[in-house]
Amino acid sequence: MTHQYPSLSPEQKQELASIAQRIVAPGKGILAADESTGTMGKRLQKINVENNEENRRCFRDLLFSVDPSISQCVGGVIFFHETLYQKSDKGVLFPQVVKDKGIVVGIKVDKGTAGLNGTDGETTTQGLDGLSERCAQYKKDGADFAKWRCVLKISDGCPSALGIAENANVLARYASICQQNGLVPIVEPEILPDGDHDLQRCQYVTEKVLAAVYKALNDHHVYLEGTLLKPNMVTAGHSCPKKFTPQEVAMATVTALRRTVPAAVPGICFLSGGQSEEEASVHLNAINQVPLHRPWKLTFSYGRALQASALAAWKGQAANKQAAQDAFCTRAKINGLASKGEYKPSGQADQASMQSLYTASYVY
Amino acid sequence: MAHQFPTLSTEQKKELHEIALRIVSPGKGILAADESVGHMGKRLNQIGVENNEENRRQYRQVLFSADDRIESCIGGVIFFHETLYQTADDGTPFVKMIKDKGITVGIKVDKGVVPLAGTNGETTSQGLDGLSERCAQYKKDGADFAKWRCVLKISDSNPSNLAITENANVLARYASICQQHGIVPIIEPEILPDGDHDLKCSQFVTEKVLTAVYKAMFEHHVYLEGTLLKPNMVTPGHSCLTKFTPEEVAMATVTALRRTVPPAVTGITFLSGGQTEEEASVNLNAINNCPLAKPWALTFSFGRALQASALKTWHGQKDNESAATEEFIKRAEINSLASQGKYTGGGDNSGGAAQSNYISLYTY
Repeated sequence: MTHQYPSLSPEQKQELASIAQRIVAPGKGILAADESTGTMGKRLQKINVENNEENRRCFRDLLFSVDPSISQCVGGVIFFHETLYQKSDKGVLFPQVVKDKGIVVGIKVDKGTAGLNGTDGETTTQGLDGLSERCAQYKKDGADFAKWRCVLKISDGCPSALGIAENANVLARYASICQQNGLVPIVEPEILPDGDHDLQRCQYVTEKVLAAVYKALNDHHVYLEGTLLKPNMVTAGHSCPKKFTPQEVAMATVTALRRTVPAAVPGICFLSGGQSEEEASVHLNAINQVPLHRPWKLTFSYGRALQASALAAWKGQAANKQAAQDAFCTRAKINGLASKGEYKPSGQADQASMQSLYTASYVY
Repeated sequence: MAHQFPTLSTEQKKELHEIALRIVSPGKGILAADESVGHMGKRLNQIGVENNEENRRQYRQVLFSADDRIESCIGGVIFFHETLYQTADDGTPFVKMIKDKGITVGIKVDKGVVPLAGTNGETTSQGLDGLSERCAQYKKDGADFAKWRCVLKISDSNPSNLAITENANVLARYASICQQHGIVPIIEPEILPDGDHDLKCSQFVTEKVLTAVYKAMFEHHVYLEGTLLKPNMVTPGHSCLTKFTPEEVAMATVTALRRTVPPAVTGITFLSGGQTEEEASVNLNAINNCPLAKPWALTFSFGRALQASALKTWHGQKDNESAATEEFIKRAEINSLASQGKYTGGGDNSGGAAQSNYISLYTY
């Protein structure tokens, strides 16, 4: 259908597409440092550090002030609102610190989940009110992309048609508004890994959800080349008794994406969900080795899977800063390699012998 | 479809249904006094009165101090947020004044329209963020119903599919949230009368829009008996060259509603749009005399069509207050009659003679 009423000018489209491509340039992914105050509290509690503004600033400062060579593996950083206006130890605003390293600044713009009545505990996400004005301000304050997270879950009755349609719609509204203000929207329809469902069920649900998301984005005239997708990998539920190999996870994931995500989307940056740092890297690596055509970049947008070791090393003490930064840089480099399918974890056989693990008995 | 996950308990449903019934009891309708600060500014401007909080309070006082004649004509009053917390000269809260007359208090909860990118000037409405918490507070502060206005327009390309589904969806989210807090949602999908389209076109579009609205209500598990609908009457566009009689307007309106609004909906309270006070009453009367089965109450929710004369008479002067209040009571009584098909003024014939005007040349 020819577009009678253009939402974006050619210049706006070009700007959005080029921002998106910078973020997912080869070997690069995203550091998700946008934990809300409450979520950050949980992280800090684990290392017995008090959850106050200074400690949150201190930890983010630790991450952002690493050696500039970090920009070889990190293309973008997602901020939480508070952090966007905080300064480094040297008194420089964080967005500036990050930009000076050649990394794109992003901002989480959703306002958390809200219940969907008449469902089995499903939610939608709020944050659309005044979003246009907020985006315009964030753009002025240094952001070039945004993130919005929707949450779905798998159970007997979930996700329901309403859960899927409502979340797809709200993601599309958010994306449309961002683009009007020069921000590349990262679209995150996370399907939680909670439950005892197997790999096939997760793949089926992921396909249904992503199909609805792209239908909604299309209906809302969103410019796909100026967006990024942040989905879950396709994995079995946490309590599923059967275990699946990284190659099976990778095959299921790439198959689902090939069936639902248009090639126009420049990049897919996986969330790590409940995975450990190493699991998340190994899976990403396997995904980038799947012998199927993958027209989008497949990289990372990790929070915990990039920061867990750094947090554990830091423990809130200035003396541990270097060790924490080293831990973070190590994970970033590993994931940079994984995003090219070049990660060779020690103790694992090399590529050639791994190819045979991609059995084509995987039918669904 | 058996409802696995109930939204409302039996008691909650009963409460909502009873509130709705009270508002549209025979002979009663709604005073829409929820003009936002900006809107009120336009009205006051027309009579040369400054738009400040005190004047807005004085003006609402003129309306709310109507004597008990109003009790048999007005079932509900819609407030704007500011007004809900204002008091009369003697310190009586407006909310109490209204409730003491046995009238139900309502509150406008949307936060205005925002553009839909990629459309020909179409909009959706915002206000969902934190709506649950706001409803809980409004219920405590005396409100038993709410109102949310969406706007659509007719032109060669409009309303588009996106505008219809987006507005229907946002109305359903709003309605679902209200009901959780014992607040009856009035659903207002206004199709503007601007344009040169004829009556048939308006009817066609109204049917399309209302079908989508009730589809969304169904999907969001909204309890229809605990809602009210506030639609436009089906009228030709303002600049349409052909003129239509009140009976033709009535026939088109009732036909459209019979095809789209489930009988479970307790009442339909028309907006007056750009109609004059008299036009609105005459049309409402004709609607109630239309010889087709009408399973819902068909009454008014008028703003300008109840207040225009009162506003003009008041002119911002204390001396004119009681005369202005009289004007308001007059219109209220006329519309009360119209809502029962008993209004004989305005040169309109009632009873048998008028029936012949409802000719079914009208085929659409």
